[in-house]
Amino acid sequence: MPTTQEAAQALDAHVREIIEWHFNPSTGSPFWLEKASSLGWDPRKEVNCFADLRKFPPFEDDWLRGGPVRRWLPKGLAGKPLFVFETGGTTGVPKSRLASEDFKIDYEMFSGTLPEKYFPRGANWLMLGPSGPRRLRLAVEHLCQHRGGICFTVDLDPRWVIKLIKWGMMEALEKYKAHVIDQAITALQAGHDIQCLFTTPKLLESLAEELANHGSSVREVGITGIFAGGTEFTPQYTRFAIEELLGNGVYLTPTYGNTLMGLACSEPVGPHNNYKIIYHAPQPRATIEVVSFDDPNRIVGYGETGRVRLTTLTRETCIPGFLERDEGEREPPCDLYPWDGVSGVRPFRKLAASTTVGVY
Amino acid sequence: MLNIPILRWGQPYTSLDTDDVVHFETGRTLARVSQANTGLLGRDIRLAQRARDVLTGIPVGDLINMMKKAADFYLSGSLPLGDGEQTPEDFARQQSASTGLPEHMCKANMKKNHFVLSNMDQILDALTRGLDLDILTRGYGVESRGVTVSYQVQSPVLGLVLPSNSPGVHTLWLPVIPMQVGLLLKPGPQEPWTPYRMASAFTQAGIPKEAIAIYPGGADMGAEVVRRAGRCMIFGGTATVERYKGDPRVQVHGPGFSKFVLCDDVVDKWEQYIGIIADSVFLNSGRGCINCSGVWASRHTEEIAQAIAERIGPIEPKSPEDPEASLAAFTIPGAARAIWNSIESALDEPGVTHVTAKFGHRLVEKERCGYLRPTVIHCDSPDRKLANTEYMYPFVSVVRCPQEEVLHRMGPTLVCSAITADSQLERRFIDARHIDRLNIGPIPTIKLDWLQPHEGNIVEFLFRPRAFQAAV
Repeated sequence: MPTTQEAAQALDAHVREIIEWHFNPSTGSPFWLEKASSLGWDPRKEVNCFADLRKFPPFEDDWLRGGPVRRWLPKGLAGKPLFVFETGGTTGVPKSRLASEDFKIDYEMFSGTLPEKYFPRGANWLMLGPSGPRRLRLAVEHLCQHRGGICFTVDLDPRWVIKLIKWGMMEALEKYKAHVIDQAITALQAGHDIQCLFTTPKLLESLAEELANHGSSVREVGITGIFAGGTEFTPQYTRFAIEELLGNGVYLTPTYGNTLMGLACSEPVGPHNNYKIIYHAPQPRATIEVVSFDDPNRIVGYGETGRVRLTTLTRETCIPGFLERDEGEREPPCDLYPWDGVSGVRPFRKLAASTTVGVY
Repeated sequence: MLNIPILRWGQPYTSLDTDDVVHFETGRTLARVSQANTGLLGRDIRLAQRARDVLTGIPVGDLINMMKKAADFYLSGSLPLGDGEQTPEDFARQQSASTGLPEHMCKANMKKNHFVLSNMDQILDALTRGLDLDILTRGYGVESRGVTVSYQVQSPVLGLVLPSNSPGVHTLWLPVIPMQVGLLLKPGPQEPWTPYRMASAFTQAGIPKEAIAIYPGGADMGAEVVRRAGRCMIFGGTATVERYKGDPRVQVHGPGFSKFVLCDDVVDKWEQYIGIIADSVFLNSGRGCINCSGVWASRHTEEIAQAIAERIGPIEPKSPEDPEASLAAFTIPGAARAIWNSIESALDEPGVTHVTAKFGHRLVEKERCGYLRPTVIHCDSPDRKLANTEYMYPFVSVVRCPQEEVLHRMGPTLVCSAITADSQLERRFIDARHIDRLNIGPIPTIKLDWLQPHEGNIVEFLFRPRAFQAAV
């Protein structure tokens, strides 16, 4: 494994390469080339390391809303098959990210972190998560295919879930959840030999409960590996899931991510570390920083609380310094991930009151 | 500092997620309370029927005797609490320190709870209208008049989403265990004290620990208790009342909007009633839903408002340990200011007068808490925004309203004390379905008759009468 210093040097080199790509008129995207003309300085000359990315003004998520979405396409990628992934969108225009291969690369990298014993090669998967214009939907299917399996899916519209919650239609919400779980149990009990599962904390809870109502369990239906994500992954939830929902023989790996950044992996979680969940971004393609609530350019000390700032640096997407709607504690590098991480991720307190957590 | 676990049908469980209960004046941590994730209840609700089963295994008469023993343990015993012990003095001090209620009021609430537990046989006899309580156990039986009756339990456990700021409400759930129904409690974040002490007293008195579960947590836990329990009692504001309106599984206890109505035949003698009105507004720091928040009359309203203001307007906050303290603190930072800002913004409306203004500022802010001194408002019409409002402190609007309009303008009212000798008018009050508890005559709104139901009879909430026949 690289040392912390080597990882930092690799990140700096990667920054130079990506900035050159996005701001070079022959390879860059219309959005960034136009933005560069209004900056008053040349990113290709003045951004030489990761810290130099702070010279950019804060990335505004509203820039991602609406079209034409091709303004985000780097000229160097012209002609490639394209996907558009959306995030949000319960009301109004959703944020969108143009993608070609990023989601595949991110999930192939993630695939390398999965223990073979619980996520065997060739195993079939169930994607018990959002369908529709979500990156996650295709990414999990690609992960499964990459590992030689076939991915089963359910219909789940998270925007409808959010609307039901906002309208206070809790009975309808329960029925919709039951409808989703019913699809999952049908797939799991139909002889497809599904061994791996992607899901969210809430859906995992509902699935385990419904299986228990049928006299079965997650383990008994054949699941051995679960990859799950969401800010509801607290240490207590994880402990509860491992001790009471899953039991022996089922491996659970929490992740943190979104359409813009990709996927941050957690250090192994268990009783050895009191179920503390520490996420590390897939550096150098993306980074996580924990910054001061008052000054987003100031990184907080280790163990201190701050807002999560994401940076995405791929040939498809350059998002330098996006303030996420989450907060957490800054964590030091570890052997497996020799760069900073974040623990205790939860909705940013100033926004939490207006944030509706649906299935995630 | 105490560490208080979740109680999963009597089994302590220490969560990785905790919440500190702190002293509202010093910031000192009083207890670290384990917080439940909703999934725990999802698993444990499967054992709800066991709670009912262990209770139905004990005759109701024995359970009533256990309640009487529990009353004494609760009032006078040194009881286990989390990883420590709690004396009655500790309890009053801790409850005061986290809720802001003066200590002597906490002690008075203990006596109320003790009274209800000690008189459980009479209370159940009154609430069931003299039913042989073994009929609740068997589900059917023959009354003394020879008629077969049947009562079917609607849920093996009653869920309770309890408040932080009103320790007086606990009397409402005390009759549940002797009716052989389990308790599923979600305490208010600042008031874990009563649920845990009561559970401890019950257990000491012989109630099986499997009959009681306590899940501290946030709003999501409260919603989960409502979702999971077949019957649930929840305490909250108007929004909570609206949310669960019409749901037969849920009994919502929200603002009371309790009122005095001085009818035309007595209003010229208004001075006679100022004492009981002021007490109804002010006692127990005005926190209860049974405290009076409105006085309605067709004339003399300015004089009435003035007289109430002279009695309660000068009162100032005192230390919670002071036996003379009569105002509770708002312990959530910014809460007192937010309430006052809301009131102040409505004072500009024409026809609204702040009658206690001359007794000084109402908002008193301290380093970690705030107080609101008693406030009397005069409204020249029920149309005014402040005419029918309620806040968690001694606040009252004196409203001028023609007598013939009072009943249809007063809105939902938990306790109405209507002072009149007019029998026709009395009939109209008796028939008014938006009034819950009705007092005819000069009776304080805060005076309770423990032998009568409060906001719905809990027996009728938990048991459904139905037809029943058995072939012999």
